Amino acid sequence: MDFALSEEQELIVATVRQFVEREIYPHEAEVERLGRVPPELAAEIRAKVIEMGFWACNFPAEVGGAGLSHLDFTLVERELGRGSMALTHFFGRPQNILMACEGEQRERYLFPAVRGEKMDALAMTEPGAGSDIRSMATTAVRQGGDWVINGTKHFISGADTADFFIVFVATGVDDTPKGPKKRITCFLVDRGTPGFTVREGYRSVSHRGYHNCILEFDDCRLPDSQILGEVDGGFAVMNEWLYATRLTVAAFCVGRARRVFDHALSWAAERRQFGQPIGRFQGVGFQIADMITEIDAADWLTLSAAWRLDRGLPANREIASAKLYASEMLARVTDATVQIHGGMGLMDDLPIERFWRDARVERIWDGTSEIQRHIISRELLRPLGA
Amino acid sequence: MKVLVPVKRVIDYNVKVRVKPDGSGVDLANVKMSMNPFDEIAVEEAIRLKEAGKADEVVVVSIGVKQAQETLRTALAMGADRAILVVAADDVHQDIEPLAVAKILKGVVEEEKPGLVLAGKQAIDNDMNATGQMLAALLGWPQATFASKIEIDDGTALVTREVDGGLQTIRVKLPAVVTVDLRLNEPRYASLPNIMKAKKKPLEEKTPADYGVDVTPRLEVLATEEPPARQAGQIVGSVDELVSKLKEAGVI
Ligand SMILES: Cc1cc2nc3c(=O)[nH]c(=O)nc-3n(C[C@H](O)[C@H](O)[C@H](O)COP(=O)(O)OP(=O)(O)OC[C@H]3O[C@@H](n4cnc5c(N)ncnc54)[C@H](O)[C@@H]3O)c2cc1C
Repeated sequence: MDFALSEEQELIVATVRQFVEREIYPHEAEVERLGRVPPELAAEIRAKVIEMGFWACNFPAEVGGAGLSHLDFTLVERELGRGSMALTHFFGRPQNILMACEGEQRERYLFPAVRGEKMDALAMTEPGAGSDIRSMATTAVRQGGDWVINGTKHFISGADTADFFIVFVATGVDDTPKGPKKRITCFLVDRGTPGFTVREGYRSVSHRGYHNCILEFDDCRLPDSQILGEVDGGFAVMNEWLYATRLTVAAFCVGRARRVFDHALSWAAERRQFGQPIGRFQGVGFQIADMITEIDAADWLTLSAAWRLDRGLPANREIASAKLYASEMLARVTDATVQIHGGMGLMDDLPIERFWRDARVERIWDGTSEIQRHIISRELLRPLGA
Repeated sequence: MKVLVPVKRVIDYNVKVRVKPDGSGVDLANVKMSMNPFDEIAVEEAIRLKEAGKADEVVVVSIGVKQAQETLRTALAMGADRAILVVAADDVHQDIEPLAVAKILKGVVEEEKPGLVLAGKQAIDNDMNATGQMLAALLGWPQATFASKIEIDDGTALVTREVDGGLQTIRVKLPAVVTVDLRLNEPRYASLPNIMKAKKKPLEEKTPADYGVDVTPRLEVLATEEPPARQAGQIVGSVDELVSKLKEAGVI
């Protein structure tokens, strides 16, 4: 067993870290204040990332990506996690699911996405269907050789800047011994398609400036050529390609926690009360000890899950554990960092309150903590007949 | 033309520097180290010269601890072609003095025969601002320091220098030593394709003995102190208030 990163990995980490520190950190306060990313800034970040050859680095070399391994890509995500998500969104990592594009879909969606000409957003969640995604009410019905879509999606991240959408829609129901089960199909939908509207979404406490929107389909007609994968094969493409996205959440949490930790550590060393640095009080020093221990644990859990993916080993349970643990770790670390900072931890003069707010969503999106626990426990108990 | 760029591994400019308890220097154990920012600018300029067809090879050289290899790999990932590492110290706290560095660089120049040495004007750790000048003197080459613009033409370099009170433009015959200033360019990030290639680029390891140089320090550090802590400021409402405060403080 060797825990060392390769020289390439060291350079990837150093380069992404440097980029985040120089190109992202200086704009964070402004984005937070505005609640949005100025378009010129987004364009500038995008251009730089394309120039650096990091755009779509998660895609294989055959389609124009950098062909990074899961482990390499997890390291990229980890360093990006330090920076504001509203801004690192423009360090483009298109959805891997676009690899399911076939024929001319590759020219229209996959290649432009990999080249950084088009941005995507992914839409599954609905007001009535969150964790229970199969219960979705948005439907596509056959009509004169086309599909007609009706329904509403919400919480769709990055929809404000997306050029096209990867949308999951119910295309039928099967009767099974366990009751009715919806058949799901995945569609590619261009912004501006008649009958399709992107509406402003809710304002989230986490990641201000990284917007989620509401998508409305009102008799939106799409031809067969907009189907990604097979008709009724939505779950198949989802399982094949979206399986690993939880790892990016875990990696984000680890990177962010390391940044937060540096603030906690310096404050504990520099803030003096009762004539000494507060870190010398065991009550504070021990918090520091627990924080770094948990961060390291989450880091290795995440990297080892990525390593398993690269080896082709089963990793579903390990990815769920990494997502669960890293997001809960980040909650504890940001909370403790506020505590160590005292009142200043809550003031927007320092980024601590923002880190604390941002952390909250990590336990919810890409499968809540409960859903991850469900995945882990079922994987262990199902084989035992429980 | 070959361009030689010396690069130094220094404490990262974002790191809050802490003085070692014994005052012998700055604590460098477990702190983030990076390429000296001025050297990054020199590497960038050399790569631009190559891209413009004015240079055909960019060789980077670092003198210091073995870990300076990372700094060289960074330069290779930016686009340099080849690297030389002169391992001259085994303790990160051991700084190689400018004269020893210049002597080693002279040896490297004699072997490599570059048409131009592009160096940072100074390293941000000790701010000596000496190595480039010493190297030019040892080689008997012309020098142009604090460059904010460099044009290579007909075996000469037209260099705009940032001097006190303005800009000075001089022409030097090549080969020459040029040291670069902050405003020369904005260095690029390492690109992912170059990162993947960096490991395959040659990195040759040498020692000071290979150049017949003794790196034993000639200077002795007597003390290192933190700068005095800055006093908290005050925001004043008007010029009158400012003047009265300044009078109170006895400065006017
Ligand atoms: C800011 C933001 C951005 C998002 N971006 C996207 C996006 O781009 N695309 C997209 O498709 N979706 C997106 N989502 C949706 C996200 O994935 C869902 O919020 C998430 O899956 C949870 O669904 P829900 O919010 O409807 O909660 P619900 O599913 O209603 O859950 C409510 C509570 O019940 C618990 N619960 C539910 N089922 C179980 C169970 N079986 N066992 C135990 N507990 C259970 C949950 O854990 C949770 O605590 C985003 C969400 C947010 C907040």
